[in-house]
Amino acid sequence: MATTPYRVIGTRPVRHDGADKVTGKAVYTADFKLPGLQAGFILRSPHPHAKILSIDTSAAEATAGVSAVVTGADFPNVKNKIAHLGEGSVNLAHLSANCMAKDKVLYKGHAVAAVSATNAHIAEEAAAKIIVEYEMLPSVTDIIEAMATDAPLLHADLFTDDLGLKADTASNVAVHLHFEKGDVATGFEQADVVVEAEFKTATVHQGYIEPHAIVADYNEDGRVRLWTSTQGSFTCRQQTAEILQIGVGDVLVTPCEIGGGFGGKIAVYLEPTAAILSKKSGRPVSIRMPRTDVFEATGPTPASFMRVKVGAKNDGTLLAGEAWIAYDAGAFPSGVIGPGCMCVFSCYDIEHAVVDGYDVCVNKPHTKAYRAPGATQVAFAMEQLMDELAEQLNICPLEIRMKNAVKEGSRRVDGPVYPQIGFVECLEALRDSDHWNSPLEGDNRGRGIAGGFWFGCGLKSSAACSVNADGTINLLEGSTDIGGSRASLAMQLAETLGIESSDINPMVGDTDSVGYTDVTGGSRVTFATGLAAYEAGRDLQSQMKVRAAELWECETSEVSIGDDGTFSGNGKTAGFKDLASQLFSGGAALVGRATVAPECPTNGFGAHIVDVEVDPDTGKVTILRYTVIQDAGKAIHPSYVEGQLQGGAVQGIGWALNEEYFFNDDDQMTNASFLDYRMPTMLDVPMIDTIIVETGNADHPYGVRGVGEPPIIPPPPAIGNAIYNATQTRMRELPMSPPKVWLAMQSSD
Amino acid sequence: MATIFIPAQLRELTAGIEHLEMDVHNVRDVINQLEQRFPSIRDRLCQQDQISPSLQVSIDSVITSRGMIAKIQPDSEVHFIPAIAGG
Amino acid sequence: MTTATKKIHVTTTVNGESVEFLCEPRNSLLEVLRDTLGLTGCKEGCNNGNCGACTVIINKRPVNSCLVLGVEAEGAEIETVEGIADARGLHPIQDCFLEGAALQCGICTPGFLVSAKALLEKKPGASEETIRFDLSGNLCRCTGYDKIVRAIQEADKQLSASTDDSKTND
Repeated sequence: MATTPYRVIGTRPVRHDGADKVTGKAVYTADFKLPGLQAGFILRSPHPHAKILSIDTSAAEATAGVSAVVTGADFPNVKNKIAHLGEGSVNLAHLSANCMAKDKVLYKGHAVAAVSATNAHIAEEAAAKIIVEYEMLPSVTDIIEAMATDAPLLHADLFTDDLGLKADTASNVAVHLHFEKGDVATGFEQADVVVEAEFKTATVHQGYIEPHAIVADYNEDGRVRLWTSTQGSFTCRQQTAEILQIGVGDVLVTPCEIGGGFGGKIAVYLEPTAAILSKKSGRPVSIRMPRTDVFEATGPTPASFMRVKVGAKNDGTLLAGEAWIAYDAGAFPSGVIGPGCMCVFSCYDIEHAVVDGYDVCVNKPHTKAYRAPGATQVAFAMEQLMDELAEQLNICPLEIRMKNAVKEGSRRVDGPVYPQIGFVECLEALRDSDHWNSPLEGDNRGRGIAGGFWFGCGLKSSAACSVNADGTINLLEGSTDIGGSRASLAMQLAETLGIESSDINPMVGDTDSVGYTDVTGGSRVTFATGLAAYEAGRDLQSQMKVRAAELWECETSEVSIGDDGTFSGNGKTAGFKDLASQLFSGGAALVGRATVAPECPTNGFGAHIVDVEVDPDTGKVTILRYTVIQDAGKAIHPSYVEGQLQGGAVQGIGWALNEEYFFNDDDQMTNASFLDYRMPTMLDVPMIDTIIVETGNADHPYGVRGVGEPPIIPPPPAIGNAIYNATQTRMRELPMSPPKVWLAMQSSD
Repeated sequence: MATIFIPAQLRELTAGIEHLEMDVHNVRDVINQLEQRFPSIRDRLCQQDQISPSLQVSIDSVITSRGMIAKIQPDSEVHFIPAIAGG
Repeated sequence: MTTATKKIHVTTTVNGESVEFLCEPRNSLLEVLRDTLGLTGCKEGCNNGNCGACTVIINKRPVNSCLVLGVEAEGAEIETVEGIADARGLHPIQDCFLEGAALQCGICTPGFLVSAKALLEKKPGASEETIRFDLSGNLCRCTGYDKIVRAIQEADKQLSASTDDSKTND
């Protein structure tokens, strides 16, 4: 066994919130009740694009049991203002209009009115009595059609932004991005082999099992209290305050347990509506979103159309890359195209490259982040082209990746240079893995590999640790816990202080009780909030040094702290808990605190191997074996790192093989249920093997990198490569569902 | 001297110059000196007196949250890149 | 109130205790359990029988409580996630989920625990294939299922070992 300098980090303790979650006691938003709680229901547009001519709510208001009815007219006018939401930014007017349409609906499922009543059935029945008069408008859901000059316009005031320069005429293209590195024309001239192809990916949903939910109480003192399911209580507070046009201090957000998010629970949907219903009714109001509405009106992540071209020398060295990428923004401009452009070539050193990206509004729900937002789509194109190059050059797919893999000093197409990163180490671990070294036998079977990258961010985090009389700690932190982060934060604090993870009671604070903390997203919590927990521990230790010196009647400078957290001075020693309880009996209580804003990306890389079998009669792809390799920097709780890799990979498998929004000829989504939107079940996947690579990270005391996002990226191209290996059929469209694979196999015969 | 990289979309304003050396101490210096050399470039990078919300500034591959007052070292590399939405 | 009708009196057994409640004919068992009886451990993920988050055991069979009417509970024996642990502590299936990190966000966990308990009682020694088949009605979006399957296999081992022990003690 390798020796480790750590006592707690790298172990696998039971998570602190575990018992609550296996006994049904954990309180999610839908479980939270207040006296007199009303149930809300939102009426949504059946049309993808229409003007709202009038809304008659009188019959709904007259219904017995109804306490309030709200329409867009009840929402304050919000100016076109860009608000920073921690990671990413949003136009507040769009955010408000997405919560409740004012004069126009832009997609089927767009909210047009809301009702609160004594129970959800009455609210739903009353909502059905609201008469909305629409004037139908032509609609568009296809990205390329929406870019045409004669396409139906979603926003008359949308002019393409070309890095600060606005186009003269309105269009559905919100943003054009352009990156250049080197001289791409020369690069392609010098290339011995060039591959080029078009790729398409479908709209997919984050698919969290807990639907959005909210309890809002517009209190008589003017404060709005929200209990909600959010990835960021502070960004929820800000968005709600901005839409309601009240101060952030007038909103209190208490994050309940959150049943999954994956990027889809950062924007607000229900909060402002519930708050206004509560204000009008004088009662607390709860809204639980039906699953159909979750599909039709929240998330999803963009569909894409991409044309990518890559050139290489005969020895496999990449010389030039060119990418033209269009993402579907949904009803309002989205931000996902930026990272898409920045990630298309992010795994490989390419001397000459050019990327153009377009953010295109269509009559679909407003697209949002989904685990490494924008990176999965482009990887589906680039990682398959890598295999096509390898085949033409007769080089092993792993070798061509090793040869061109980015490393410290490599420059991305958008400019910045990588610091120490672990992609090469991941590929080496892949090369040495049992999976890669086990031959794959049998008809219609194939193996594929692919790499993936996500930036990972720092942002703001806060933590405080209060010392109890017995030396145990209450850790208050601001990151809502989606997948076990209370454990990973407590473990880092325990390591810092020289106590056990079980000596710490971690708690996610509400927005009144804990310092500002950005979203649980960007793979940042274990990294940045972990840093805050570490710094809070250090703050506590430095206070305790001063107090120990008083206790031991010596100078503070004479007190030292050992690697195991033991305090020594003036011939005396005491472990943390011992000293803490001695100090508790005299003098003020001890509270350590920290607030941090690390700015360095954590640069997460991974590489996946998959074996598939393709049924030649049906086109059905079965995953036979799967291995995820990823650089975690340092795994704090290896079980939960493995869990992130496994869960991300299976989401990627779903994206690759089955998940897709279907629209009918009238541009209405037709598969808004878990039956028809086909996420992987337990029966669809095998065990997912994991190999955690640990290259450390100089920007974190324990070497943590973010791990949550990269594992969703490689599955679609890895599976595409495996299908090709099995069938000699190249799939250029997601999902690679049985009908599409079968058809592609027929045409390539 | 710090190296300032011009985003490809703004190179029409810099006669194709991709990067240039500047004696600057913070991001505000960069914007001011760029504007002096390449008039109207400020409007493309900034809104009012802040970096445009659709952009972020990378200084030596670190994404600064300090906007105009972010410090720049003499050997730093500065890039303007799109803001990233995370999941 | 257009469709409200007279409420119906129902007598049933939940987690071994006799329970009475009044419900409208249209109320699902899920609504009754959560809103009337306060048993919020079973979760609503889809309300149309596709996610399994609301799974409860009725007369030894795991069912989606969103697809059962409250009135159908008359005379039934219902087990929910709240009834899995007892005064002696957690059930092995709960312990194994915790030790094996078989949950992340936890919203699907009650449904999985209930389904797994029903499976292991009926088919001790179930193969991985059987576990995956029988629990394919429970969706999890966080874990990729690997650790859930392993936790169920481990619980199965522990349960059969304790059954063997009790036989030896006899």
